[in-house]
Amino acid sequence: MAKIIINSDKCKGCLLCVSFCPKGLIKKSPSLNKKGLNFVEFSLSADCIGCMQCAVICPDCCIEVYK
Amino acid sequence: MLKKRILISGNEAIAQGAIQAGCSFYAGYPITPQNELIAYMAKHMPKTNGVFIQAESELAAINMVYGASAAGARSMTSSSSPGISLKQEGISYIAGSQLPAVIVNIMRGGPGLGNIAPAQSDYFQATRGGGHGDYNLIVLAPGSVQEAYDLTQKGFELADKYRIPVMILGDGILGQMMEPIELSTEKIKTAIAKPWALCGCRGRKPNIIKSFFLREGALEVFNLKLQKQYETIKKKEALFEGLFLNDAKVVIVAYGTMARIAKSAISQLRLKGKKIGLIRPITLWPFPQAAFKAGNKKRKYLVVEMSYGQMLEDVKLIVNGRQRIEFLGRSGGGMPSEKEIINRINKII
Amino acid sequence: MEKIFTRPETLYDLSMHYCPGCGHGIAHRLVAEIVDELAIREKVIGIAPVGCAVVAYDYWNFDCSEAAHGRALAVATAIKRVHPQNIVFTYQGDGDLAAIGTNETIHAANRGENLTVIFINNAVYGMTGGQMAPTTLLGQKTSTCIEGREKEKHGYPLKISEMLALLPGVCFIERVSMHNPQWVLKTKQAIKQAFQNQIDNLGFSLVEILSPCPTYWGLNPKESLDWIRDVMQKEFPLGKIK
Repeated sequence: MAKIIINSDKCKGCLLCVSFCPKGLIKKSPSLNKKGLNFVEFSLSADCIGCMQCAVICPDCCIEVYK
Repeated sequence: MLKKRILISGNEAIAQGAIQAGCSFYAGYPITPQNELIAYMAKHMPKTNGVFIQAESELAAINMVYGASAAGARSMTSSSSPGISLKQEGISYIAGSQLPAVIVNIMRGGPGLGNIAPAQSDYFQATRGGGHGDYNLIVLAPGSVQEAYDLTQKGFELADKYRIPVMILGDGILGQMMEPIELSTEKIKTAIAKPWALCGCRGRKPNIIKSFFLREGALEVFNLKLQKQYETIKKKEALFEGLFLNDAKVVIVAYGTMARIAKSAISQLRLKGKKIGLIRPITLWPFPQAAFKAGNKKRKYLVVEMSYGQMLEDVKLIVNGRQRIEFLGRSGGGMPSEKEIINRINKII
Repeated sequence: MEKIFTRPETLYDLSMHYCPGCGHGIAHRLVAEIVDELAIREKVIGIAPVGCAVVAYDYWNFDCSEAAHGRALAVATAIKRVHPQNIVFTYQGDGDLAAIGTNETIHAANRGENLTVIFINNAVYGMTGGQMAPTTLLGQKTSTCIEGREKEKHGYPLKISEMLALLPGVCFIERVSMHNPQWVLKTKQAIKQAFQNQIDNLGFSLVEILSPCPTYWGLNPKESLDWIRDVMQKEFPLGKIK
């Protein structure tokens, strides 16, 4: 079992994590953060395997991974 | 304090002065008429465990000096007029990053490739910043090989004291001529500790060497800080030599090699009873304004330069119309002679 | 549960000014990770370029200097010669390293200076508004080659890494990419090798990183990574060059 925590204030909505999550557990949020950008949200699913691809590709170091 | 007397060229005296002052980094590129300086550094720097690099260009050399200075070393580069033009961006960065450095310009004829004869045509470049931005360097103009040795050492002290680039402004004659000088046999200076320098951030917050201030208003604040420092330097560091200023009817204003020729002319004129004096600025920036304060309304000035009137403008600014100013200048490798000076004085008097 | 991925300590916890999907953010993090893993934070001195990463020093917790455009390797040469025990690296873009700074790059490499060079190749000048870089591809459109780069007018994309590999003073050159997480990790390994070489006094080490610039490529972040994968790496082949 694993999970990620996303810092939505730092997120710029580049959506790279969305593309690379092998389980499709990250989605673009309909809300805007303080920067006025659509940040991304983790679906809080138990399917997360902690592969860290999202965190590795994130250019803004927004993601922490727990396993 | 024991002194050793040797016969040495101006170029080499500057190099030896730098080593004596604890210069531990030199980067340069060959260009006539200062090649003896780089050769001397190549030979002698390793003896004091200093770093010598013949850089790939004058541009690279000044940026190496920037780096070495950022790392806390006493650093120097040397060149002649066209090479100094190449260095201007680097000098602006050094000034803007508040780094100490010594830059030697052994002036030659210009513009462009020019020739290798002496000139004083880089006065504007030296005293008006030279590169972009509102900044100044301290400019020291030695008039003898001894002075070249002494002022180079002073240059390093001033550079560190104010965290400012300092230029030693010589010319091809000063660089090449040989005179006996007294060397200090004191121990070579060890570098002073610089808490702002880059050496790895152990035990402290990281240091950043930069001249970039993007935030609204920040660059102006920084510039005001520099300007305030320049005011302090103007008050405290201006130097000149004055001869016969108490009775002179005509005062020659000349610096460097030109002042030596002027002195010969003055000796001859004095023998004939003519009351001629000399103001020899030793710091060209800050320009020694105090030297011009004295003297009655009838005093005249004759500015003599190996240029078409660069220091002349500073003299005009200071004198501000109070007294009459005449000018005698030759450039492109030409030098006003003793005879030309005497003839001109005789017309003025 | 244990935290298995977090921001490296040497990277400040700040929002970076780079565009969404810009490669600089990843590269800065990788440098910070390596500095932490090799425990060299107190010895490292970084030299920032002129370009989008001009304020790279705002993000790293170690000594840094700016340098005039293109002159980072001259500055680095001097710092390393004055402090040989420090770990000195430059972080430069394609203009800084392979246009205005080509001379300093070649000569620092030729002297075999014991330095680490992180070369961010995004085939365009981002900071100044998307002009042609020496590494811009043939046919790639930029604001100074509006119809696309043409070999007759603009010459070919410059393979500076292959050129530097000819120099005996160069010890290590590798071209990597960040177009997917696996390649990001390979980039990290290459950067680690380049720093380790300096620690081991082995000589000049350079890592060329193909990096996305979504804004001036006119692509979204994912498309930019795909462009590197499908187009850019054909012109700039990945792998160890020396």
